[in-house]
Amino acid sequence: MRKARVLLSVYLAYMLEYRAELFLWALAGALPLILLGVWTEAARGGDFPLSPGEFARYFLMVFLVRQATVVWVVWEFERDVVEGRLSFRLLRPLDPFWEHLAAHVAERLARFPFVVLLVLLFFWIFPEARFVPEPLPLLLGLLFTFLAFLLRYLMQYTIAMLTFFSERAVSVEEVFFLLYLFLSGTIAPLEVFPEPLRTLALLTPFPYLVYLPAALLAGQEVDLLPGIWIMLFWGGALLLLWRLLWRLGLRHYSGQGA
Amino acid sequence: MVLAQDLTKHYRVALKEDSLLATWRHFLFRQYRTVQAVEGVSFRIERGEVVGFLGPNGAGKTTTLKMLTGLIHPTRGQAVVAGHVPWRREKAFLKKITLVMGNKQQLIWDLPAWDTFRLNAAIYEIPEEEFKKRVRELSDMLSLTEKLHQPVRKLSLGERMKAELLAALLHRPEVLFLDEPTLGLDINAQVAVREFIREYNRRYGATVLLTSHYMADIAALAERVLVIHQGKLLYDGALEGLLERFAPYREVGLVLAQPLPKEALLPFGEVRVLEGLKARLLVPRERLTERVAEILKRLPVEDLEVREPPLEEVIARVYKIAPLAHTLEEV
Ligand SMILES: Nc1ncnc2c1ncn2[C@@H]1O[C@H](COP(=O)(O)OP(=O)(O)OP(=O)(O)O)[C@@H](O)[C@H]1O
Ligand SMILES: [Mg+2]
Repeated sequence: MRKARVLLSVYLAYMLEYRAELFLWALAGALPLILLGVWTEAARGGDFPLSPGEFARYFLMVFLVRQATVVWVVWEFERDVVEGRLSFRLLRPLDPFWEHLAAHVAERLARFPFVVLLVLLFFWIFPEARFVPEPLPLLLGLLFTFLAFLLRYLMQYTIAMLTFFSERAVSVEEVFFLLYLFLSGTIAPLEVFPEPLRTLALLTPFPYLVYLPAALLAGQEVDLLPGIWIMLFWGGALLLLWRLLWRLGLRHYSGQGA
Repeated sequence: MVLAQDLTKHYRVALKEDSLLATWRHFLFRQYRTVQAVEGVSFRIERGEVVGFLGPNGAGKTTTLKMLTGLIHPTRGQAVVAGHVPWRREKAFLKKITLVMGNKQQLIWDLPAWDTFRLNAAIYEIPEEEFKKRVRELSDMLSLTEKLHQPVRKLSLGERMKAELLAALLHRPEVLFLDEPTLGLDINAQVAVREFIREYNRRYGATVLLTSHYMADIAALAERVLVIHQGKLLYDGALEGLLERFAPYREVGLVLAQPLPKEALLPFGEVRVLEGLKARLLVPRERLTERVAEILKRLPVEDLEVREPPLEEVIARVYKIAPLAHTLEEV
């Protein structure tokens, strides 16, 4: 009995260490599906730019885009630094950026069959979301999903560089994640954002991480043009910031734990 | 091949306190303490040399190796390894060196060692055929052939260390930095690892700098040793020279015909051990003949033997003397 109690309390404490992450992850994973119910219901009654079927389709695509762009490199990187494994990565003639990127892509491949199963299940539950995609928006949507993944990865990897200077890089990521939840279109498609907020959101990198690819995949009308430039701008800025923090970080690195 | 000049590393360690208030204060105004891990270390190692790096815990050995492999930037000083400044971390440099840490592993825990080898071969751009040839060759030298396809977690400590060495040497580095490669291994495995390092050095003419707390490793592999203590280099030279310099003593082992009190032995030297009929004395080298003659004349001795003192004791002695005399000249 005592053993069980101690085990439970220790592991509970351990889990609570990660409570913020656990909560956000669970929420973010299930969110599109919950919101889908909420928004399709709302759309049935009120006056919205999208029909219930379009909402259902949009959130399905949000779900898919999120599956394809989930990134956790900041946690990996922090563990590497704390446990001294970064030293081994630094000894190899390959920037750890690429090794982690490869791991993310590999995980995606492993996840793929499950996602397909989930989508089939989804179409069975929500017949109104079924649709035949046009080839061009579909291809564009896939391309932008890939770009969204790269941008998200770059963003989190840049945040991971803060591990060199502080033990709280993960908290920074959590703040970003909240912004991401609200501004990316995970909670509502940008069509329903009130005007000044919508324009503002479109200047941040977040809508390009979820909204843009999801809307393209769902076959909604989207303006690509200013978006591509904004995406490029953020991509370039993060790239520079990453390289800068990496250089400074290596000077600061003390190889602890190794 | 390896050149260190005035190499110095000071770590800044943030002081932490426990209370919440202190945590906030810490957040706002950090207080730091400086740890002088390595202080003005200079040496030079030629191609193909095997050099032992000795020093007690916390002396600065690992820190020095981290600077020479480019993992950390020094606070002060220069280094050139295989023609490169290590902390610039150029690809050509990383391909010429390796670092093996006995307390850390690069092998992927849940996969067979083979997968880590494949990964390294790809990263170091070793062609497929060459890769297979090298694995065969190295695993023969290590007698590890059957174990390469088992998950690493199922290997014994010794087998894991051998696989670790294989992974670290696949790109055939010219300079090997080995940080306690025999840590925790049993005698057989220690000997195997030692033999392997010697063989690798002989076959490929590699330069080796190795730390170990097991004197047998150092005695078997290194003709030359560097001794570091509290971040400062105390000795650089042949292993025998270390004995002469720090331990101008010989050990005299006695088997007595009858038990004697310790006092009876005291006039002849420092009594290290006295157990029943067996005794060990330390005698200054220059008085050895004289003392042995006296012992044979005055004591009931069955057997007498003169030896070098054990290396461990010499080293312990070095560390004890060291704080009193900080520079090479003074010792
Ligand atoms: N990352 C770090 N941050 C702060 N201080 C450190 C760090 N690494 C080592 N030190 C300190 O620097 C000193 C030298 O440590 P180092 O690891 O180089 O010793 P060592 O000779 O390898 O010892 P050992 O034989 O125990 O491995 C020690 O006082 C240690 O506490
Ligand atoms: Mg060490």
